[in-house]
Amino acid sequence: MSKRPGRVPMPVADPRERIKNFDQVALGYTEEMALTEASRCLNCKNPQCVTGCPVAVNIPAFISLLKEKKFREAIDKIKETNSLPAVCGRVCPQERQCEEKCILGRRGEPVAIGRLERFLADWEAKNGRSPVKKAPPKGKKVAVVGSGPAGLTCAADLAKLGYDVTIFESLHAPGGVLIYGIPEFRLPKAVVKREVEYVKGLGVDIQTNVVVGRSITIDDLFDRGFQAVFIGTGAGLPMFMHIPGENLNGVYSANEWLTRINLMKAYKFPEYDTPIKAGKRVAVVGAGNVAMDAVRCAVRLGAEKAMILYRRGREEMPARAEEVENAEQEGVEFHFLTNPVRIIGDDKGWVKAVECIRMELGEPDKSGRRRPIPVKGSEFTIDVDTVIMALGTTPNPILSRITPGLKAHDWGGLITDEATGRTTRRAVWAGGDAVTGSATVILAMGAGRTAAQDIHRYLESGSKDW
Amino acid sequence: MYQILKKRVLTPQTKLVVVRAPYVAEKAEPGQFVIVRVREEGERIPLTIADYSREEGTITLVFQEVGLTTKLLGLLEEGDAILDLVGPLGIPAQLPEAGVVVAVGGGVGVAPIYPKCKEMTKRGVRVISIIGARSQELLILEDEMREVSEELHVCTDDGSKGFHGFVSEKLKELLTAGLKPDEVIAVGPLPMMRATCEVTKPFGIKTWVSMNPIMVDGTGMCGACRVTVGGETKFCCVDGPMFDGHLVDWAEAIRRANMYRDEERIALERCAGCGGEKHV
Ligand SMILES: Cc1cc2nc3c(=O)[nH]c(=O)nc-3n(C[C@H](O)[C@H](O)[C@H](O)COP(=O)(O)OP(=O)(O)OC[C@H]3O[C@@H](n4cnc5c(N)ncnc54)[C@H](O)[C@@H]3O)c2cc1C
Ligand code: FES
Repeated sequence: MSKRPGRVPMPVADPRERIKNFDQVALGYTEEMALTEASRCLNCKNPQCVTGCPVAVNIPAFISLLKEKKFREAIDKIKETNSLPAVCGRVCPQERQCEEKCILGRRGEPVAIGRLERFLADWEAKNGRSPVKKAPPKGKKVAVVGSGPAGLTCAADLAKLGYDVTIFESLHAPGGVLIYGIPEFRLPKAVVKREVEYVKGLGVDIQTNVVVGRSITIDDLFDRGFQAVFIGTGAGLPMFMHIPGENLNGVYSANEWLTRINLMKAYKFPEYDTPIKAGKRVAVVGAGNVAMDAVRCAVRLGAEKAMILYRRGREEMPARAEEVENAEQEGVEFHFLTNPVRIIGDDKGWVKAVECIRMELGEPDKSGRRRPIPVKGSEFTIDVDTVIMALGTTPNPILSRITPGLKAHDWGGLITDEATGRTTRRAVWAGGDAVTGSATVILAMGAGRTAAQDIHRYLESGSKDW
Repeated sequence: MYQILKKRVLTPQTKLVVVRAPYVAEKAEPGQFVIVRVREEGERIPLTIADYSREEGTITLVFQEVGLTTKLLGLLEEGDAILDLVGPLGIPAQLPEAGVVVAVGGGVGVAPIYPKCKEMTKRGVRVISIIGARSQELLILEDEMREVSEELHVCTDDGSKGFHGFVSEKLKELLTAGLKPDEVIAVGPLPMMRATCEVTKPFGIKTWVSMNPIMVDGTGMCGACRVTVGGETKFCCVDGPMFDGHLVDWAEAIRRANMYRDEERIALERCAGCGGEKHV
């Protein structure tokens, strides 16, 4: 049996060069590469890939159009269900979604669906978007809280339906995690800005520097004539390990580390005013996308030794496979089955080492991953001068605490009806990480869409059908 | 953009600005703060809301030019605007409804203590204020403070005005002489707040301090503002900024405040190099 050709490799910047800058690593397919890769798609009658996509993008259809070089039609096909293809093509964990289901993956490599999606989105960026059909103004105001993928998508969909939409964002720049968390080398800020400009172009008013719950409350929004509110405030609260030494100088949450770097551009200090203390020996605790981003930033800021400390094993790492591979190429060391128990400081209160304990894997836990158990007496220390905690984040409880009628789970996630995004408070919807805890861009985007449709339904009913 | 409507030079290094910020003014309460950014390349720094007017939609900020951002802010004139300003952030101060309170303000810390005294006086609390600075020229808001205090004590480190010594020393004198306040509120540089707490502790007087750590977002997102209070890690921007001063880990707070001292110097020198021009 002849072996099928593998997928077309993604052209990437040379690891020796790219670790010196924050430029994009994955350079994107050329047209020729995209056509070659697209030709591998079997156009299955019963396409499994679509079932793997959280928003059910019609993958075979867009790839067929791509094969025919109908790039405009192809991107529009994707956008029927995914409003952020330039972002998702770059950051979706495709290997666990559409590509995992691709039939080709059983015998060889699945079609590189994400790369094709990105190719089309980048093509569109160069060639312009199809004109949007906007419904006539409905004269009804909707407020969107938070400008991450959930908020942007919800706002865009509602604006297209003719609603007068205002987004309130607490930071000085819109985009949510896309702007403050995910680094330039993985998701260029220009891509995010383009999406934000598009949403503005639809007539959405984006008010930055407004913290809903502090600068203005949800009740105020209703008083000011908004008839529906969507909450897409994300999961921004960083977790710490609560081990000794965590407040030493040189210990960062991944959120702080990444915010300083991405949003505040600390890597350009002193041209930019925000400083960062990037050490020569950096340990990042955790192995998700956030950890990979943090450790790869450390490499770019001049770390001689950049390490991932992870309490489970290689197979259990939640990060996108491509980012793990990129990190390895960039010289990141992976210490599996290793868990910090204490951070040790010098006499001036700066980090000098981290004491860890070896772990072994026991029975699978709730998440289906094998539970790590500490091995007694196996403590050892690693010399480091910077420690970054990338243990995950939870939704900020402020809004649910102060908003009457808005209920949240103990861990902070807002309680909603999954099919509609309705919260426990009338005329308030929520979606994205604020509901699920840290998840993915595509899920947040999908939740924004779902809520927009239900908000439309509700407002069309004269605000009666709740 | 947040326009500066009024500007007053309080001392050569301390400026007061009244800024148009309707969202903030509408919700501001004593003890809360804002985060500002003054230029595209700028960093985000917290400043306490020194006063506010709901009717005018304005807030007052008082700042000492210690770092690059405050220097740049000091270069702005009436009519100029602050690029970004967000708030009000933090939990409002839980001020008492009655009784006797000693308010201790050191240096630029007099500014944030002012709205608290104003509110307490309005409520009928007897406010005894102690304000201080290194020397007479650096003393701020003396008249304003006198208006909102039953009694005002002025201190200078060099003795150029009022009591010769630290505000904490003056407080000790008053307490030793028999003054029995229900609580003490102290706002100012970390060593001053720490010294104040050391004075009140043996007297068993509840002492509130307003922590001012390094911040980034100011909304609980990053943890840059971690302070240890009673052995627990708190995020100052959402759990504070007011804490029970007897429970604060001062050594850690001081250490963390100095984390970027080298970088702050580099940034300042670089700014001095550009001739102090307005690059906002
Ligand atoms: C470093 C990092 C890397 C990641 N990598 C990936 C990846 O590779 N692939 C992937 O699919 N996902 C990734 N994720 C997860 C993904 O980014 C999130 O799931 C997604 O952004 C969630 O979108 P959201 O709209 O729900 O919230 P967010 O993107 O978090 O946006 C929420 C916005 O609301 C604002 N806000 C919060 N509270 C208020 C308030 N009270 N008032 C006004 N505004 C408020 C916030 O400032 C923020 O801008 C990553 C996350 C991080 C942090
Ligand atoms: S300043 Fe970021 S959490 Fe407080």
